[in-house]
Amino acid sequence: MNIDTTSRIPNNVDLAGDRALNRALEHWQPNFLAWWNDMGPDGTHAFDVYLRTAVSVEPSGWAHFDHVKMPDYRWGIFLAPPVADRKIHFGEHIGEPAWQDVPGEHRANLRRIIVTQGDTEPASVEQQRHLGLTCPSLYDLRNLFQVNVEEGRHLWAMVYLLHRYFGRDGREEADALLQRRSGDTDNPRILGAFNERTPDWLAFFMFTYFTDRDGKFQLCALAESGFDPLARTTKFMLTEEAHHMFVGESGVARVLQRTAQVMKDLATDDPAKLRAAGVIDLPTIQRYLNFHYSVTIDLFGADQSSNAATFYGAGLKGRFEEGKRADDHRLHDATYTVLEVADGRLVEKQAPMRNALNEVLRDDFIRDSVAGIGRWNRVLEKAGVDFRLVVPHKAFNRRIGSLSNTRVSPDGRVVDEAEWKAHEREWLPTPEDRAFVASLMGRVTAPGKFAGWIAPPPIGINKQPIDFEYVRFA
Amino acid sequence: MSAVVDVLRQHLIDPEICIRCNTCEETCPIDAITHDSRNYVVDANKCNACNACISPCPTGAIDNWRQVRSATAYSLEEQLSWDSLPMQQEVVADASAIPTDVARLTADAVSGQGGLAPAPWSAAQPVVNLHTLAKPAVATVTGNHPLTTPDASSDIRHIVLDFGSVAFPVLEGQTIGIVPPGTDAQGRPHFVRLYSVASPRDGERPGYNNIALTVKRVTQDHDGNAVRGVASNYLCDLGKGDTVKVVGPFGANFLMPDHPGSSLLMICTGTGAAPMRAMTERRRRRIAKGEGGELMLFFGARAPEELPYFGPLMKLPRDFIDINLAFSRVPGQAKQYVQDLIRVRGDDVVRLLRNEDCYVYVCGLRSMEHGVTEALRDLCRTRELDWDALLPKLRESGRFHLETY
Repeated sequence: MNIDTTSRIPNNVDLAGDRALNRALEHWQPNFLAWWNDMGPDGTHAFDVYLRTAVSVEPSGWAHFDHVKMPDYRWGIFLAPPVADRKIHFGEHIGEPAWQDVPGEHRANLRRIIVTQGDTEPASVEQQRHLGLTCPSLYDLRNLFQVNVEEGRHLWAMVYLLHRYFGRDGREEADALLQRRSGDTDNPRILGAFNERTPDWLAFFMFTYFTDRDGKFQLCALAESGFDPLARTTKFMLTEEAHHMFVGESGVARVLQRTAQVMKDLATDDPAKLRAAGVIDLPTIQRYLNFHYSVTIDLFGADQSSNAATFYGAGLKGRFEEGKRADDHRLHDATYTVLEVADGRLVEKQAPMRNALNEVLRDDFIRDSVAGIGRWNRVLEKAGVDFRLVVPHKAFNRRIGSLSNTRVSPDGRVVDEAEWKAHEREWLPTPEDRAFVASLMGRVTAPGKFAGWIAPPPIGINKQPIDFEYVRFA
Repeated sequence: MSAVVDVLRQHLIDPEICIRCNTCEETCPIDAITHDSRNYVVDANKCNACNACISPCPTGAIDNWRQVRSATAYSLEEQLSWDSLPMQQEVVADASAIPTDVARLTADAVSGQGGLAPAPWSAAQPVVNLHTLAKPAVATVTGNHPLTTPDASSDIRHIVLDFGSVAFPVLEGQTIGIVPPGTDAQGRPHFVRLYSVASPRDGERPGYNNIALTVKRVTQDHDGNAVRGVASNYLCDLGKGDTVKVVGPFGANFLMPDHPGSSLLMICTGTGAAPMRAMTERRRRRIAKGEGGELMLFFGARAPEELPYFGPLMKLPRDFIDINLAFSRVPGQAKQYVQDLIRVRGDDVVRLLRNEDCYVYVCGLRSMEHGVTEALRDLCRTRELDWDALLPKLRESGRFHLETY
């Protein structure tokens, strides 16, 4: 499974053996680079960045580190090694050999799944393109760029599937992926969260913690797919996605560590005093968390969805860790608990599990998120700070699904508009919160130095020291 | 006579840095990595150090190694219970093959090394991991007594386990693992919970093959949310005659000094009292031997009725142990924490810190750690002693042991 690094597009899918496909992708490549130059990290094209590049999909080869200029990053097409005699393991086709080509009857749905996933990748690069101007350290700047180039590679992964398996439609969709723009009113990205701004580094860390974790769960569900090329593509993407969640989890943990330190030094938990001391107070961090969590869980879609049922039944998209679950993997008779509002209260009701699969995946995501927040709280605990972060109720601040027209407080009570208005500033980041966080965002680029609102990491990247020159400016 | 030392370089994952992304488990070609809802762990019996997992790890948490004796490699259950990696322990051969003098010289020889927190040089050699999860010992409950009054806000129990004819040697300060029966919500067996032994080495009742535990019924988590602690409720609900699966013992550094004239400075809260009770009881049973040494105890709880062993403690002779009790929730009284009393007793505390034969033990809730450390630092500062310089020396010479949860 070595990667062909000599061709213009590094790949392990034998592009050289498919001249038409190769030509089509070589035609798309300059458009991608033009998009990167326009919409990629602002003003960074001459920087030498200490990046990880895959040189093989085997464990030994996919983490090769070197200083490279980002436009020269070798974006390529890498699929995880094939599993011999792989069988479809859920839905109506259970037990049949996995598809190596797109079954005609599932073509439209598969294309839709791939386009929706693919659209998030360039979107997040666009959302994050100005963050480099306010980086808290070279270490963080490098991590941001690593995330950005890998999102670019994930776009390549999806574009390969569109070109290779979906003919003209696929090529048109691949072009459209470069034309939509995050936050553009006329031609926005497909999913709501990917049109929100990522205005500061706390938002970036929250985004990579929560929203890239949505990515992880979607990719995990697709890695179960009966369409084998999609399963193999997403499986390799997951190894890269893990880095993004690391950036988020460790980023927020370091912000907490720094705030806790200053709380101890000044012996105060007064947000005004802490803000004056140049750190982000914990209630503000909680409000950021509330926002990013609630916006992200919307990404899983409506709590009851016939599309979700169709995707599962057809064997296109499984559940998280489908292969490790002990049930019949058909789910005709299974039910699942979903929430709805009745008589002004949230009530649980049972829905057919196939229709509730978005909710199943959302709940898996919530469990995973909550575990990480527990680790954040250990940072506070260790520092002797009593404050604990919590996730808001899953009905809080929802815009999608049956809960979207209901005002629910973070502790899960249905509230009227007046109560919502009275407390919204305690529950979600205010313009003043965002302005304050933005005011901290100065640029720190001396090796080993960190902005005052964030603690240094415990270890460097690839065993390099923390004061390593992770980015060299031209 | 020489013993064969079978030393393993054990692969471990740092739970403080790991983000639980599953990449390592996915990558491992021989399924040596596994996880529960808390930690990712490496099975020492399977891992062949092929390093396939090292470069894919996005965090660097994967690249941790400890030298251990093969027989005492960290079990999966131990690793699953960690919040942070253990420090590198001294790797010594079978204790029975090493005369006490040699052990003392060895300890002296490594005392200059950084990072080690060895047991006191005179500590008895512990037996570790005698009963494994695969073959746990079965103990019978011979007592389950409430230590708190019915109206107290917590339920703390003194539980006595008898091992019958099965050997289960423990030292004061060691822990044992309890395996709650049944499975969790995901259908997996519960992981092992560790409890400090509250009785001395010769048994809760001298000469009997039994041990005591101090168990608080967990009804809420650290955040105050209602939660039913699986193992603590299981233990607290046990009746006389019930049987329990026990693994261990574990722990080779939180041990007491055995040499005559050695002193103990003990700081604890709540059920962190268990190892202190064991050590105090060990010394009490040996009063007649006239071995000397001081015992000083700082003990915190919400109120007297919630302070385990309050009654028996108050009956101990004052010239045997110097007891300082701090209560944080007594109506009409200002809140008092152990660190407040440590400050009040500053002169005596610093005198003990300066005493090469005094060993310091801190055990209790994680939240006490900071306050206690700060109090010690302040005391040192005003008495021409630098705590931050002293602490590494205390650690290296096995004189400072901290266990918080």
